[in-house]
Amino acid sequence: MGAGSSQKAFTSQLKRVYTFYTGGFVAFVVLLAIAEKMGLPRNWIGYVFLAATVLLYAGIGVMSRTSDASEYYVAGRRVPAVFNGMATGADWMSAASFIGMAGTLYLSGYSGLAFIMGWTGGYVLVALLLAPYLRKFGQFTIPDFLGARYGGNAARFVGVLIAILCSFVYVVAQIYGVGLITARLTGLSFEVGVFVGLAGILVCSFLGGMKAVTWTQVAQYIILIVAYLIPVVWLSVKHTGIPVPQLVYGSVLEKVTAREEQLLKDPKELEVRKIFADRAAAAEGRLKGLPGSYASTKADLQKALDDAKTANAPADQVAAAQKALDGYPKDAAAAKAAWTKDAAVKARSGPPLRHGEAFPAKDEKARDIARKNFLALIFCLMVGTAALPHILMRYYTTPSVKEARNSVFWSLFFIFLLYFTAPALAVLAKFDVLTTLVGSEFAKLPAWVASWSKVDPSLLSVVDVNKDGIVQLAEIAIGGDIIVLATPEIAGLPYVISGLVAAGGLAAALSTADGLLLTIANALSHDLYYKMINPNASTATRIGVSKALLLVVALLAAYVASLKVADILFLVSAAFSLAAAGFFPALVLGIFWKRTTGIAAVLGMIAGTVVTFYYMATTQPWLRGVFGVTSPVADNTWWDILPISAGLFGVPLGFIIIIVVSLITKAPSKDVQDLVEHVRYPNIVGDTMNTQGK
Amino acid sequence: MQLTDKHREYWSKNLRITAVLLAIWFLVTFVLGYFARELSFNFFGWPFSFYMGAQGSLIIYVIMIWFYARYMNKLDNEYGVNEGDE
Repeated sequence: MGAGSSQKAFTSQLKRVYTFYTGGFVAFVVLLAIAEKMGLPRNWIGYVFLAATVLLYAGIGVMSRTSDASEYYVAGRRVPAVFNGMATGADWMSAASFIGMAGTLYLSGYSGLAFIMGWTGGYVLVALLLAPYLRKFGQFTIPDFLGARYGGNAARFVGVLIAILCSFVYVVAQIYGVGLITARLTGLSFEVGVFVGLAGILVCSFLGGMKAVTWTQVAQYIILIVAYLIPVVWLSVKHTGIPVPQLVYGSVLEKVTAREEQLLKDPKELEVRKIFADRAAAAEGRLKGLPGSYASTKADLQKALDDAKTANAPADQVAAAQKALDGYPKDAAAAKAAWTKDAAVKARSGPPLRHGEAFPAKDEKARDIARKNFLALIFCLMVGTAALPHILMRYYTTPSVKEARNSVFWSLFFIFLLYFTAPALAVLAKFDVLTTLVGSEFAKLPAWVASWSKVDPSLLSVVDVNKDGIVQLAEIAIGGDIIVLATPEIAGLPYVISGLVAAGGLAAALSTADGLLLTIANALSHDLYYKMINPNASTATRIGVSKALLLVVALLAAYVASLKVADILFLVSAAFSLAAAGFFPALVLGIFWKRTTGIAAVLGMIAGTVVTFYYMATTQPWLRGVFGVTSPVADNTWWDILPISAGLFGVPLGFIIIIVVSLITKAPSKDVQDLVEHVRYPNIVGDTMNTQGK
Repeated sequence: MQLTDKHREYWSKNLRITAVLLAIWFLVTFVLGYFARELSFNFFGWPFSFYMGAQGSLIIYVIMIWFYARYMNKLDNEYGVNEGDE
């Protein structure tokens, strides 16, 4: 490693570059705002944002091109703690964090906090149990560590499989998010958006590997955090007069709670919910009566029309009856689909949840189940955080163990900035909806409601169900994603800020996708090809193979994403459970218990992953369909745990198997035990072991 | 590689601080989470359990990691296992 002074010069140069960059970015947004005032049309603002940010990332990617192995795989191991923290923050925060999380919190209140705690508390495990030791070990990938610690290719190979499984699932979801945002920003179709986004991902990682990804991720972090904070701060000023929403939204939550209590008893709300309940009941009745009910319902409609005609009813009544008949499903199958949809409005007939109430449910037993699942989800997300290879890999890039420790702190600090803002945003948005939108007249809806319900009715639809001309809470159907996307408009900010938010979402999705793709390509090229198939490959060949694989994996992931596979959100959470069960026990025991043997680790990793996967496959609706599982879900459910938290079973099983098998197999060799000692101390005089990897 | 008693002491101190911090982590996350319904008294406007889930526990996590890094970096110097640079 070079002298400390050159590292210092490098750090201060980085600070200069990124300060200049942030200033430039702010100036760019201000210029666009002025252009908007002067009449630049909205879709042009979208194009400019998309083109400018992607070109910027491409520029960084091209400038960071490299063919040196250490630069390509671990950014030359000289990324200072603060910058690695920012890069990890961008790597970590995906489209789900940026766009989805505030929406989840809006919709599910306290229960949504499982994501907030789970996705931050995991860094405590990273800091205490993994990062410093993995940094001391060095080398390039997580399977590298498994291979060295557990003596051989079996552990490495299982590690490669698990890394690919969880990263691929995750990257598909990111590319999906990129497609969605690109489509929204520019008006291109989703499929085109996916491939435009793909180009954006590849320009960052293709030429410069980890080096390029690191420096683009830092740039992307700055954009995404600015884009997230500006609208929330503005909204906070609007409602409380204080620009620090995180400090003051407690008082807003109090007002929200008071308003909720009022609405729970409001007779108009009850009336609307009753209409939904009746509609659902009627649809259920007809569904049960199929196939006979198809003809009889049609006959009823025909009769209503005839009656109206014979009775000389007013023209609009006749027209309405005619319309009902014309809109009637063409056959029994279509009727079944339509009625199933009708029956689903039952969900809207229930009382709205109280935002601040923990584990809301109808009775004590249901509350217990809610609590159990809340804690189980936190557990899986935390342990999964401490096991996802694309995150752990980032700690290989710091110059020293000391910097790795500091870097985990900076990582969580930068992630914290967004995560402790999201609940505030959810509460502020809810306050706006409950006080401004609910109770307003349909004739005078706020502009953002009109524009968003036109863009996508699944994001927002407000229909006067009881025809009283006033908006009731129960009449509003809201999709979670709108909370972040519409906040600039709710807060009354110019369109430029909406463009900025979309660019921030894009940065979040692109940066995560980059890290994941690199993880997969490296697992294949470095671990599978170089370490297992062709150990004599030259550096040029290895990096060439890695780049080729990067391209193939990216195209494959984009293809899968363009199929719009069901339940993307579930797949993301599944990645956490799988990584947790697959990697966490083997990694932690490998560092903290010298007695852990290779065969035990391999068996433990396999058992943990298989059990987790099995539980998901038998209890999650979409996977049940894929694997043709027909036995009732209740029979396959253990301890009322939802499939999203399947890692709750896999992680302990992994630990138990590794411990038991280790105890009955022969202790690891002296070399391996020395490796464990080597990893535990940042530096020992006379320790000649070098595991840094070339 | 020859480990001295001093090395072993370093490692056991590391284990101790790790265990203490993990205990705090467990308490803040799972014990407070378990009693969330009971702990919903008003805390500057927030129900206490909501505040902890949305902000309090996060602040504690950040401080814990900061403290661990500082503590261990110092311990490295004290026990002479620090890295050369700087």
